[in-house]
Amino acid sequence: MHSMFKRTAAALAASVALAAPVAAELTGELRIFLDTSNPAPRATMEAMIDRFAAQHPGLEIETTVIDREAYKTQIRNFLTADTPDVATWYAANRMKPYVEAGLFEDVSDLWAEPEIAENLASTKGAMTIDGKQWGVPYTYYQWGVYYRKDIFDELGLSEPTTWEEEKANCEKIVASGRACYTIGTKFLWTAGGWFDYLNMRTNGYEFHNQLANGEISWEDDRVKQTFANWKELIDMGAFIDNHQTYSWQEALPFMVNGEAAAYLMGNFAVAPLREAGLTDDQLDFYQFVSINPDVELAEDAPTDTFHIPANASNKEAAREFLRFVVSPDEQTEINNGANLGQLPVNAKSSVDNDKFLLQGFEMLSSNSPGGVAQFWDRDAPAEMAKVSMEGFQEFMVKPDDADKVLAKLERARQRIYDN
Amino acid sequence: MTVAVDVPEQESWFHKNQQRLAPWLFLAPGLLFFLVYVIIPVFQSFNLSLYEWDGLGAAEYVGFRNYEDLYWEWVDRDAFYVSLKNNLIWLVLYLLAIPAGLFIALFLNQTVWGIRLYKSLFFFPFVISQVVVGLVFTWFYDPTFGLLNEFLGLFGMGPLNVLGDERFVTYGIIFAGLWPQTAYCMILYLTGLNAVDPEQIEAARLDGAKGGRMLWHVILPQLRPATFIAFVVTIIGALRSFDLISIMTQGGPFGSSRVLAYYMFEVALSEYGFRMGYGAAIAVVLFLIMLCFIAYFLWSMYREEKGH
Amino acid sequence: MFPTPIEKQSRPAQITYQALLPVALLLWLGPLLAVALFSVKPAADFTNANYWGLPSSFEGAFNYGQVFFNSDMPRYLLNSFMITIPTVIGAVALSTMTGFALGIYKFKSNIWIFFMFVAGNFVPFQILMVPVRDLTLELGLYNTKTGLVLFHIAFQTGFCTLFMRNFIRALPFELIEAARVEGISEWRIFWYVVLPLMKPAIAALSVLIFTFIWNDFFWAVVLTQGPESQPVTAGITSFNAQYRAAYQLMSAGSIVAALPPVAMFFLMQKHFIAGLTLGAVK
Repeated sequence: MHSMFKRTAAALAASVALAAPVAAELTGELRIFLDTSNPAPRATMEAMIDRFAAQHPGLEIETTVIDREAYKTQIRNFLTADTPDVATWYAANRMKPYVEAGLFEDVSDLWAEPEIAENLASTKGAMTIDGKQWGVPYTYYQWGVYYRKDIFDELGLSEPTTWEEEKANCEKIVASGRACYTIGTKFLWTAGGWFDYLNMRTNGYEFHNQLANGEISWEDDRVKQTFANWKELIDMGAFIDNHQTYSWQEALPFMVNGEAAAYLMGNFAVAPLREAGLTDDQLDFYQFVSINPDVELAEDAPTDTFHIPANASNKEAAREFLRFVVSPDEQTEINNGANLGQLPVNAKSSVDNDKFLLQGFEMLSSNSPGGVAQFWDRDAPAEMAKVSMEGFQEFMVKPDDADKVLAKLERARQRIYDN
Repeated sequence: MTVAVDVPEQESWFHKNQQRLAPWLFLAPGLLFFLVYVIIPVFQSFNLSLYEWDGLGAAEYVGFRNYEDLYWEWVDRDAFYVSLKNNLIWLVLYLLAIPAGLFIALFLNQTVWGIRLYKSLFFFPFVISQVVVGLVFTWFYDPTFGLLNEFLGLFGMGPLNVLGDERFVTYGIIFAGLWPQTAYCMILYLTGLNAVDPEQIEAARLDGAKGGRMLWHVILPQLRPATFIAFVVTIIGALRSFDLISIMTQGGPFGSSRVLAYYMFEVALSEYGFRMGYGAAIAVVLFLIMLCFIAYFLWSMYREEKGH
Repeated sequence: MFPTPIEKQSRPAQITYQALLPVALLLWLGPLLAVALFSVKPAADFTNANYWGLPSSFEGAFNYGQVFFNSDMPRYLLNSFMITIPTVIGAVALSTMTGFALGIYKFKSNIWIFFMFVAGNFVPFQILMVPVRDLTLELGLYNTKTGLVLFHIAFQTGFCTLFMRNFIRALPFELIEAARVEGISEWRIFWYVVLPLMKPAIAALSVLIFTFIWNDFFWAVVLTQGPESQPVTAGITSFNAQYRAAYQLMSAGSIVAALPPVAMFFLMQKHFIAGLTLGAVK
């Protein structure tokens, strides 16, 4: 009885809020922590917050932008002390430790509101743990192969769709004195992207998911096949040398200077590539090729999110802010090419007229039947992600040691998922 | 004691016991701070190493399982083994700062014009933060444009990717660390050389001693206090190596430049690290290693105190 | 003097030595000079792979301008001062008292307390990390300059006590005896008799602690998180993440971050070296 009453009351409150979204004057302080520290995203978010502030003059908003890398370690501190009212983070397993520790607010009520329920349905799964939703997405982006069209033209290559074509292309690129791919694995996660694609293409989305959840041995022959495919590329000299010393940004110049022909990356790489002087005639995009024809194509499309910490002090205003962030107009605005340059999460928003965004949107909505993964370090538990990505890096430097690396990962799996 | 003679009877208890109480009153604030922030945390870490705790939820008592895990990492030649091995390399090679510092001190112990400025400039690296030293050397080693490879190129060698190669990376970082540490040892020896007894040198010269023999038999014994301090600070510095590794490689490539101090931080507080208890266990191991040296230092100090 | 003074050696030896000095210095400071060169180069030099040639144009003003007017660097610098200076004052204040207590009074546990300070000063930071972080969180001082300052004061008290106690031991004890005969209270002996004599020790220690704290990186990472409280050593990593691959700006930022302790060293050289080498000579 009691709980039912509460639920109706909540529903009633929600519908009231919907009927008059701005009517209830929001007051007090709203503290927002952002990890969007790169100049363009930072400006985008600050502008968005200014628009929100203009709608709520009674609200005193304080925004803190923390370096993206530092943020990843600091979140656990500010969720327990000196807690903001809203904080950015990532979807899927990456939010799990905080959900399990009770540090994120359950926002299922927001997801029950029709505005969100209907328009954000596609990302609901990534925000759900234990049947509840723990935040809202604000942007997502495709991964895929960004390549130098002018170099492809010069060598008479076309966009590959199969593994054979891919390798044939790569051979010609290597023969021309270039590397096929630039990559910087100093911070490890870039290698996770390669693993995601090679494994999903070799063994399929379901298998990949099970591996991330610790249900499959790393010494399984199917995993070994993924590594064998990877090794083919490494052995032909597909990747730039010394990638273990570079960050992903430091790997960009290789592509800009034409020393490497392509980059497997998220769409955020487009902005710095354009800034460095590559025109849209020189730069193009293709979906990662199919390897095993028996598995359906699946893609990486990491979702960035907003959450309300459980210890937040102004949750009412925080909820209103979350509604604002996912609203169709804001989604169109913040994700357009001049701002984040990514994909809006709201079905009613429009994708900016940018060739990469349009291709990515097209690819994710119609050519990714196998499923959509978040990204290796968001899908696998933190510890496994760390150990495995270190293993990927080691393998990329010493491809002959694959068995040793896999044995190490298997030992880690048995320890990590056991606990 | 003598004061007590003319003291009026109503003198307060405090006044009478001043001599006994005073040291404790003077000690109180410093001691309190030190206990709360240093001594007690050491014991808390020992305790925490028996728990499994992600730093967010509740801690779970697991007995010695964290140590057991460390043992298996040792057996399997995993991260803990690598860290411990690198710590040993650090300990041994970092001590090179002492002879290197002595060498530079001997080189600079002259009175030519401008030598004071030279001494200051040679000492300079010690004053800069290790973070900056780390950045400077990261660029120095950079495989595409680093000064090192430019230099090797002159002799037709290289290019060498020092920080990207598991065989060289630890040595590369230690070399960077030796730069400020050598400067430190140099200044210790320069001061020590200033105080060397000139009469003994003259006497030895008359006996025909010079060069290496003079250094070994006459000078070095007089430099013992400087050597002792250089030894202490170098050992401590070697075991504390965190900043350089964090800035230059983050323990990479694939974890081959980890040391215990960095590994501990990595498992407990870094991006993917949520194992506070495990981190505490690593810290305990590091502490026990350090304790051997601390005991030795205290023992030396104790003997000296008794000697006075 | 050892080695033999160069003026007593042959003319060629003297010339060789004079010539060798600047060469050795150049080699010694080479990596640093390289960074200084980077910091005045235009961005174009890096994209054109002109790393080691002369700057194609002199952009020092622009690069340093970026650091000072277009980044969080000034805030980080200010934070560093606001962390370092109170720590110096606090640690020196506490340790003059502890040093006085342990240097002047004879009581049973004296040597053990002294050894506790010395031993504590040597422990690895990692064994303190988790408890100190928890304590700071509980006190509500996480991500504040105060939280960092309190810890630094406490930890530096170990080293400072060792330093002060040894210094006080070397003072003439008769002075204190005489004062006691006069009936002067212990506090006044400390304040009017001993403290004035400790000025050189206080100066040396202040300069030293300033450098130590300014250069701290580990605790800054563990106890603070954003531009509102992080000192420059931790801030520079954020700065670099923002300008990754913009070597001219990272170089300029590094030089700015390194400058204050360097300035301190050159201004207070005598005290600095006196502090560092206390005990290196008997």
